[in-house]
This record gives sequence, structure tokens and C-alpha cells, in this order.
Amino acid sequence: MNLELSETQTLIRDTARKFAREKIAPRARALEREERFPTELFKELAEVGLLGVNIPARYGGAEAGVVAYALAMMEIAAADASTSVAMSVTNMCAELIHAFGTEAQREKFVTRLTSGEAVVGSFALSEPHAGSDPGALSTSAVRKGDKWVLNGSKQWITSGAYAGVMVVWARTSPAGNKGLSCFIVEGGTQGLIIGRHEDKMGLRSSNTVSLTFEDCEIPEDQLLGKEGEGFKLAMVALDGGRIGIASQACGVARAALEASVRYTKDRKAFNQPVADFQAPRFMMADMKVQLSAAELLTLRAAHMKEQGRPFTREASMAKLYASEMANRVCDKAVQLHGGYGYIDEFPVERYFRDARVQTIYEGTSEVQRMVIAREIFKLFS
Amino acid sequence: MNFELTDVQRDIQRLCREFAARELIPNARKWDETHAWPTEAVKKLAELSLLGVAVPEQYGGAGLDNVCYAIAMEEISRGCASTGVIMSVNNSLYCDPVMKFGTEEQKQEFLVPFARGEKLGCFGLTEPEAGSDAAAQKTIAVRRGDEFVINGSKNWITVGPKADAIVLFTMTNKEAGNKGITAFLVPTHTPGFIRAEPDKKMGISAAHSCSMFFEDMRVPARNILGKEGEGFKVAMSTLDGGRIGIAAQALGIARAAFEEAVRYSGERQTFGKPIREHQAIQFMLADMATEIDAARLLVLQAAVLKDKGMRHSLESSMAKLYASEMASRVANKALQVHGGMGYSKEMDAERHVRDARITEIYEGTSEIQRIVISANVLKE
Repeated sequence: MNLELSETQTLIRDTARKFAREKIAPRARALEREERFPTELFKELAEVGLLGVNIPARYGGAEAGVVAYALAMMEIAAADASTSVAMSVTNMCAELIHAFGTEAQREKFVTRLTSGEAVVGSFALSEPHAGSDPGALSTSAVRKGDKWVLNGSKQWITSGAYAGVMVVWARTSPAGNKGLSCFIVEGGTQGLIIGRHEDKMGLRSSNTVSLTFEDCEIPEDQLLGKEGEGFKLAMVALDGGRIGIASQACGVARAALEASVRYTKDRKAFNQPVADFQAPRFMMADMKVQLSAAELLTLRAAHMKEQGRPFTREASMAKLYASEMANRVCDKAVQLHGGYGYIDEFPVERYFRDARVQTIYEGTSEVQRMVIAREIFKLFS
Repeated sequence: MNFELTDVQRDIQRLCREFAARELIPNARKWDETHAWPTEAVKKLAELSLLGVAVPEQYGGAGLDNVCYAIAMEEISRGCASTGVIMSVNNSLYCDPVMKFGTEEQKQEFLVPFARGEKLGCFGLTEPEAGSDAAAQKTIAVRRGDEFVINGSKNWITVGPKADAIVLFTMTNKEAGNKGITAFLVPTHTPGFIRAEPDKKMGISAAHSCSMFFEDMRVPARNILGKEGEGFKVAMSTLDGGRIGIAAQALGIARAAFEEAVRYSGERQTFGKPIREHQAIQFMLADMATEIDAARLLVLQAAVLKDKGMRHSLESSMAKLYASEMASRVANKALQVHGGMGYSKEMDAERHVRDARITEIYEGTSEIQRIVISANVLKE
């Protein structure tokens, strides 16, 4: 057991921290007020290696591993959760295509994601009636000559209107989980219709849309993995994705705690700084402890993934704990700011709204508990 | 960064797990009910070098690291929380400060036999009106030639009824506050050292504690541990380590409660299926498992820093606060999973609730840990 970071991990973390502080934090509030997706930022994120942190250098990645990826996500999320979720999905798509793609797919699509040429990636699994239960998916893919023809709709697709490369799940046979396949779809493909932008409680500069596929033709060689292997790909991607969201939760919570420390030292009540009263101090102590626990759970899951060991249980624990922690911590941060916590002059109400989705997307807390319970029973059977 | 245990750490874990399964788990309920000191188990802990885990071999210890100590504490406490705290007191609260602050001569007399487990040590800081607020203590030591005359009292001293020596904190200069505290090494057979009957407690019933009184007790000046006036530093440094031990104890209690709940939920049927197939039970177990892992990582983080000789006050306090409150939550949920059986003394669930409760109080209450943590957070 050794908690010191390697040189590479330190470098990635420091790079991400600097980028977050200089390029993202100063604009985060304006971006969210305007609900503007920061297209230009992703080119710069790509230049510092953050769109392919765990991708080999030959495909344009930073080749820095999963722990470095988690650390980078924490830093970017501390500045802006919206930017970090697009970063997370892009990394996830690049990793998935790298893991299951053919050499040609890797060279074409992974490189486009890591270089920022695709702007960002999108992960299209959820549908109006299927999310954590992919066996219920109804989008279909039918082979026609040397093409696949996709029909159906997807919902809650992060960055959907901007992504140059998407991974899309569709049903290639009726057989439940075994009838699912995964496809690489380029943004702008004929028959891919981008729906209305969702008006969300938080993550307002992240783009969330529905997608409709109307006889959307995809070249045969854009099937990712084997036909019928889609469920496996989704599960592998989500295990990794959960580390990304857990990291995001840690980043947002850290920002909320830091803002609270600053504010309570500055603000006076009854002739002394708020930070000198025991009640607010104890709130911040609890925030710190839970944040540290979440960071350790997240880095442990990242480390296990990096070692190539099974990490399903650990990733779900990290996602469950970190997302619920972030909600508790951001709620306390609003409380510590009093009335100022409720207005957008201060960042904590944004943190609160941004954190709320973390217990929902990439598997709700309830789905994580199902996964964890299943893994426990395997261990103790 | 890596989260793997070394081979040695794994060996210790296995050794302690087997020992707990063989010697502790079958007896813990009986010891609790009869308030029986686990004499045989303590003797066997000594044979396994578990009473001086992190003490170098040349001073009678096992010469292992603090990660090993935390792992061992978790496993032993999983078997029996009372045995766990006896182990923790001798390791963290007694051997650790003697090793760190003792002279060579003091180590020969006051460390070697204790690290070997031939004798047991205890730690006398708490008084009726002073615990975490060390400067409020009323036990006074007055110099008379090359001796000190000590008068006063201590209470809740775990292992006190059985201890052969004590690290005793006294006031040598009342005006100097924290800088007027001095620690002494005192054999418990010293004339003027009087022990009260063991305390009657809600839990950890087999780990006896008692009040003690000092009436004109004469202790040679050479028995000062550290320097005169340095007692506060000795106490705080000791508690930083002790908190790792108690956090690991809490972790062990939580694991015992959790594992029994998992087992019971597979056996007990309601509405035609094992209760673990009901989502309410599953989700409780998932939360328990997650919190146990979170606590373990905090404990190991503190132990790793201590092994590196780095400051770990913040990390020890975080581990102690989280693990102890987690243990109470987990033990309570485990009792709930057992339903009525959880409330019965036929099973261990209710004992775990009682045993867990003290971990939020001793070696610094949760409130004291929050004072330490917030001071660190606000300093950043």
C-alpha cells in the first residue's frame, strides 16, 4: 500500500489543475448562465492530453493510466462539472473503441477523439424506456448489404449535438441482452437527427439531447466488437465510466468545501468569523472526512482497473459513495454560505445543482446498490 | 500509488484471522456475558508477538509496520472487540510512547517485557474532570529531591486492573497549562498506587477498566518519560497512533456485524424467499459494505503515513471519526437485519452494537476528532 503519486500521475494532475484554474474556472459561471457548450475548450483539453488520458501515445493519448485519469477528472470537475462530464464521456468512448475496436477503427476514431478533431465523443445507450436495464433497448440495427441501418431513439445523450464520434447501442436480434450490438456513428451522418436540448437543473453548459435514427446507414466496418456483444461492451464501459463520475463528484465536493472554508473565514457573525464557531467547523470536518473517503474509494477502483483486475464492486462503491457524498457536501456548503449560498454570485448553488445528477447518471445509486449486493453475495456464497 | 498489501501484511492478516476464528469468535459472547478477562487469549496474543507489533525486535516486538498493526487490530477485533482494545492499549498507548520517548534504560525495563507480552501496560491521561482537555488535570507531581510525589486520580483506565505499569500524566507546573504536564513511567506495585473495582460498562465487557488513586506515591525522577513539561506532546503523539488502533477496532466490529448479517440474511426466509432477496435488505448490506471499505482506506492511509514518519494527526482523526461512527451505523443495521433475533443475547448482533458505541467516545470523542480535523481544514 502506497498512496504517493508517480511522476506521471503528478504531472497529469498538475497539468489538469493549472488548466482548470486558468482556462475553465474563470468562465464556468458565464458558460452555465448562457447554457453554452464550450467547443473551443476541448481542442485545448486535447492538446494537454486530457481527452485520452488512459490511451496509448500512438493513438494520441497521454498513456498515463486510470489513476491519472481519475485525478485529472477531479481537477477539471472542481472548476466545472459540465466540462468534466464531456471530458469523461470522450475518454470513455476512446477507451471503449481502443479496447474492442479493430486496428482500423482505432486509427480512425480513437485518434479523432484524443486529438479533439471530433470535438468530443458521445455514448448513446439510454432510451426513453431503457437505461440501466439495456436488455429493454428497442433501437434496431438491420444489416442491408454492406451497411447497417439504424432506427429508433436515444435519450439523455451527453454532448450529442457536438460529438464527432458516437458509440451507439442497438438491437441486432430480439434475444434480450444477447441481441445487443454496438456501433460507431459519426456526427452528421445522414438519418441521425439531433433532438431538442434538454433544459436541466444543473450541468447547464453540458449539452444533453435526444437522438433519433431514421434509416440511418452505417458502414459495416463500424460495428464495434462482435455482433451480439453489445451488452458486454456496455457493462465494461460503465464500470470505467463510474470511476469518471465518482471522480467528478470528488472534484465538485472539493470545490464546495474550499469555497466554504474561504467564505466562513471571511464572513463575520456576532463579531467573529463564522469559521470560529463550532457548528460550522464541525460541518466542514465532516465534509473533509467524507471527501477523503470518497477520494480513496475512487482511486482504489482506478488502481484496480489499471492493474487489469476485476473492479466492478469497487467502481460501484466509489460511484455510490462519492455521488451521495457530493450531494451532502454541496448541501452543507450552501448552508454554510447562508443566503449567499442560494444566489448565483457564489458558486455553491451551482455545485449543489451539478452534484444532483451524479446519483442518477451512469447507473443510479439504486443500481449501484444492486451491483454491490450481487458482488457481496458472490464473495460470501 | 497502489492499494495492495505486501506478502508480510497478508501473512499477518491470515494469521490473525485464523487466530480469531479459533480462539476468539467461539468465546467472545461468553466473555462478554460473564465479564471475564480473556486471560488465555491475551497470553496467546503475546506468543504471536501481537502485543508489540510495531516495536523493533531488539526491544521484544515483532518489528512490523503500522499497516500490519492496523490489519491485525481489525482481525482481532472482528473476533472479540474486548481483546482488540486490550491489544490496542498495550501496543499504541503504552509501547508506542515508551519506544518513541523512552531512554535506553527505560526501554529495557519498561518496554522489552511489555512488547513481549510478559507484562501489560496502560495509559493514564483521563481524570474525572479532564480527558481530551489534558491541561485541566488535577493529578499533581511535586519534586522532592530526586523523586516526585504524586497525588490525584485517573479514571476509565482500560487494562488498568491488570496492568503492570502505566504511562501516567501529571501536572508538574499548574501555571504552565499544557506545558506543565509531565509523563511518568510507574510500576503499578508502587506504594500509594490504589486501584478501584473494575468499571461496569455497556460493552467491551471483557476489557476491564478502572479508576485509580495516587496517595503520596513516590516515583524516581528518572522515570519521567520524555522531558519534564513535555507530557502534552507525549500524550498527543501517542493518541495520533492510538486513534489508528481504535479506528481499526471499529472496523473489525463493523465487519463482524456485517458478515453475520450477510450470513443470516441468506438463511432467514420471509414471504417465501431468503430475506437477502428483498431489496431493502440488499441495499442495507450494500451500504454497509461500502462504508466498511471507505473506513478501511482511511485507516490504512493514516497507518501508511505513520510508517513513513510523516504527520498524520489529520488522517488519524479522520480514520477514527469515520470508522467509529460507521461501526455504530453498521452494527445497528446488522441488528435490524436480524430482526428480533438481533435483540436477543442468543446472537452476537446486539453485542456488536454495544461494543461499537465506545469507539465514538474513547481516545478522543467524535467531537474532539472534529476539532482536530476542522483546525487542519481551516489551516489549509
